[in-house]
Amino acid sequence: MSLYEKNLHELHDMLKKKEVSSEEITREYLNRIKQTDDKLNSFITVLDEPAIDQAKKADKIISSSDDFDPLTGIPLGIKDLISTAGVRTTCGSKILESYIPPYDASVIKKLKAKNAVIVGKLNMDEFAMGSSNETSYYGTVKNPWNLEHIPGGSSGGSAASVSARQCCVSLGSDTGGSIRQPAGCCGVVGMKPTYGRVSRFGLIAFASSLDQIGPFTKDVTDCAIMLNAICGHDPSDSTSAKRDVPDFTKALLNDVKGMKIGIPSEYFIDGIDSEVETAVNAAIEQYKKLGAEIVEVSLPHTKYAVSVYYIIATAEASSNLARYDGVKYGYRTEDAKDLSDMYFKTRTEGFGSEVKRRIMLGTYVLSSGYYDAYYLRAQKVRTLIMNDFRNAFEKCDVILTPTAPTAAFKLGEKTSDPLQMYLSDIFTISANLAGTCGVSIPCGFTSNGLPIGLQLMGKHFDESSIIKAAYAFEQSSDYHKTIPTIPNL
Amino acid sequence: MSITKQEVQYVAKLARLYLDDDQAEVFTEQLDQILGYIDQLNEIDVQNVAATSQSIATENVLRDDVVDNTYDRELSLSNAPLKEDGFFKVPKVIE
Repeated sequence: MSLYEKNLHELHDMLKKKEVSSEEITREYLNRIKQTDDKLNSFITVLDEPAIDQAKKADKIISSSDDFDPLTGIPLGIKDLISTAGVRTTCGSKILESYIPPYDASVIKKLKAKNAVIVGKLNMDEFAMGSSNETSYYGTVKNPWNLEHIPGGSSGGSAASVSARQCCVSLGSDTGGSIRQPAGCCGVVGMKPTYGRVSRFGLIAFASSLDQIGPFTKDVTDCAIMLNAICGHDPSDSTSAKRDVPDFTKALLNDVKGMKIGIPSEYFIDGIDSEVETAVNAAIEQYKKLGAEIVEVSLPHTKYAVSVYYIIATAEASSNLARYDGVKYGYRTEDAKDLSDMYFKTRTEGFGSEVKRRIMLGTYVLSSGYYDAYYLRAQKVRTLIMNDFRNAFEKCDVILTPTAPTAAFKLGEKTSDPLQMYLSDIFTISANLAGTCGVSIPCGFTSNGLPIGLQLMGKHFDESSIIKAAYAFEQSSDYHKTIPTIPNL
Repeated sequence: MSITKQEVQYVAKLARLYLDDDQAEVFTEQLDQILGYIDQLNEIDVQNVAATSQSIATENVLRDDVVDNTYDRELSLSNAPLKEDGFFKVPKVIE
């Protein structure tokens, strides 16, 4: 087995036993990126030399100690909207093509303090607006399981890179499913923690009341390790939660006896692919065998989630993206006849069409005369969606659903129909509106060999329960051990 | 038709975006479709429902009014598309 096929916890054990060095591991991943990224396009920026330097630094710590952090010397990738000091951070947009953050995001500071090795910045939908990674200014990412299919989005590069073993783990962000949906499409584990669990300081904002950073990993154990590394209160983010962070690896128990798993009937609807339904139903049967108690729950406002989301998220985005005016950073138009013309031309030339569409929708729903009809009403329905979850969680410990209605669709299939694209997030959006945590884990394959994702959602700040449930399922299956074969390599 | 091409052009202007006629046409059609879908929210009675702006309740977060982390002028200007004498430079504002 090659080094790049190993999980974080396996590599950590090898580093501990001094069987391998971080430099060797890092070189192997960088080589893997070289071999595969022409086909996949997961990376916007690869950090060859800085990664080797970081690895050498980690090796010094490793050689002088037996007790170092699990992330020390581990190569990882970062979605290109998380600020990295001195390293270009594009947000998948032309408007930030040459932007070099003067500071590190708080999560990056945490990873650097543990001497993790950052191998590169990962491709994504422009400003995280997309479900297929097709809105990136830097080209579409391909699904490692089938290069003609989408990797999911918006964290497409983060999902594809872990799936194709181009890095050991990665970070993404999730505003309406942007971690869980691509994790499902690419057959890896992707966790959106509870809103406020992970600091958003240095995360380039899309929709501030919904955005949350989270990890992509090859298995659930690595997911728990990553959560331990990135969660916690941060005074630099006023919405970050002052809550104790448990040791999430304590939830890796392989025991779900008596655990109550809620199944919401609203998630098993017309339009759900039959192979997805079959795989998810098989997972439910598996949980029964493992001793979990399956209970029916109801999330009656589920069908309104997409509407609420596309009002609230675009309203927040239209305000957040007002800062891109060509003055302080980023792209500025070449020829402007005055200041106003400079604003217009900079934004018109700098943003892609999906971003423009959402800025306009957000501006419209906030504009005079429409605010009450759209924005205020959406905020009220958001309350009803939150109440749904509160009621459901009185009857169960975790909620189980498909991650998406279908496996990864074909590239180009939905690019001309924004509404159809938005509807592919129908099962993931509610968790963001309610602020709850959610994880996608692999639960099978379609007859075409594309991964199918299983979503587990938990109460606020109860990531431990979904890790516990995810781990028990994973231990009784082999899906996470299957690695995609990239053609003509 | 819930949104017209004129309204799309007006919104684009508010958002500081130029749209040519063909683009305005396409955006109008797409936004109209999206707004038509969103109209489903009118089915729900929300009269006695409070609005939610934050899913996790937070109180005002305050800190002492002291200078802590600042960036020096050069670093702050390092990404400026155009700068002069330690300032951001923009096209002439006053005629």
